[in-house]
Amino acid sequence: MSETQPRYTRSFHVRGKDFRGAGSVSTAIKAVLRGLGFAPDVVRRAAIASYEAEMNVVIYAFEAEVTFAVESDRVEIVFQDRGPGIADVNQAMQEGFSTAPREVREMGFGAGMGLPNIRRNSDSLDITTTVGEGTRVAFEILTAGRGAGGK
Amino acid sequence: MNRPGVTLDNVVAGCALQVLTGPADMSRRIDTVFASDLMSDVLAFSTPGALLVTGLTNVQTVVTADIADVSGVVFTRGKRPDAECVERAAAAGIPLLSTRLDTFTLCGELYRLGLRGARPQDGE
Repeated sequence: MSETQPRYTRSFHVRGKDFRGAGSVSTAIKAVLRGLGFAPDVVRRAAIASYEAEMNVVIYAFEAEVTFAVESDRVEIVFQDRGPGIADVNQAMQEGFSTAPREVREMGFGAGMGLPNIRRNSDSLDITTTVGEGTRVAFEILTAGRGAGGK
Repeated sequence: MNRPGVTLDNVVAGCALQVLTGPADMSRRIDTVFASDLMSDVLAFSTPGALLVTGLTNVQTVVTADIADVSGVVFTRGKRPDAECVERAAAAGIPLLSTRLDTFTLCGELYRLGLRGARPQDGE
């Protein structure tokens, strides 16, 4: 977290199992970043990471609070959910590992790419989780220069 | 690399695609194509501005296209999204297109027009 005052902050709520509304938070985040004039690469990476985090909430959790802050040199996005938690984070970070049900896979998700995609599109990723309580997924995209590229 | 100047208009004409959304900017240049029914793969590996070829017609396809800066979506094998999908795509400025061809055959036609896949380093 940086010490300076954020240039822009906003919070959102995501409901679990709301498959029709899924994507509205990440679409809003993308619109804000585009409106603030960030490079297309920065906007796209933030949008993709947010969308995967949002889909994770919709698929697995009951609900989540999302905080979105634009700092002078970075975008910070935190998804704090109330949900089942992740039993083994290292396993969940492996591409292809998934516990998603069939109907989620039929929508083009649940192939074990969510958390890896967030990592790929962010400059830092922090996951803290408690089984039976929920998961906090926090990530940052650096914006100084043009956004520093993915990992 | 593809031949210069393949536009969405060229693709629509060259592959006899049906345009499902209303008037849109079809002069946009297309460089790469990404074919997948897995939206996480689109998010991870497609190039910005790519044409998406898919058989998946639900609303997440449109949201994914918007998030990933896709230039247009082609639904293969005659599949059609519902009206809500079409409205959302139109609002996001993403042309939705349809073909009776299967995915493999359409991709062959697109390759013949000079289009190529996402460059591997773009997604890694």
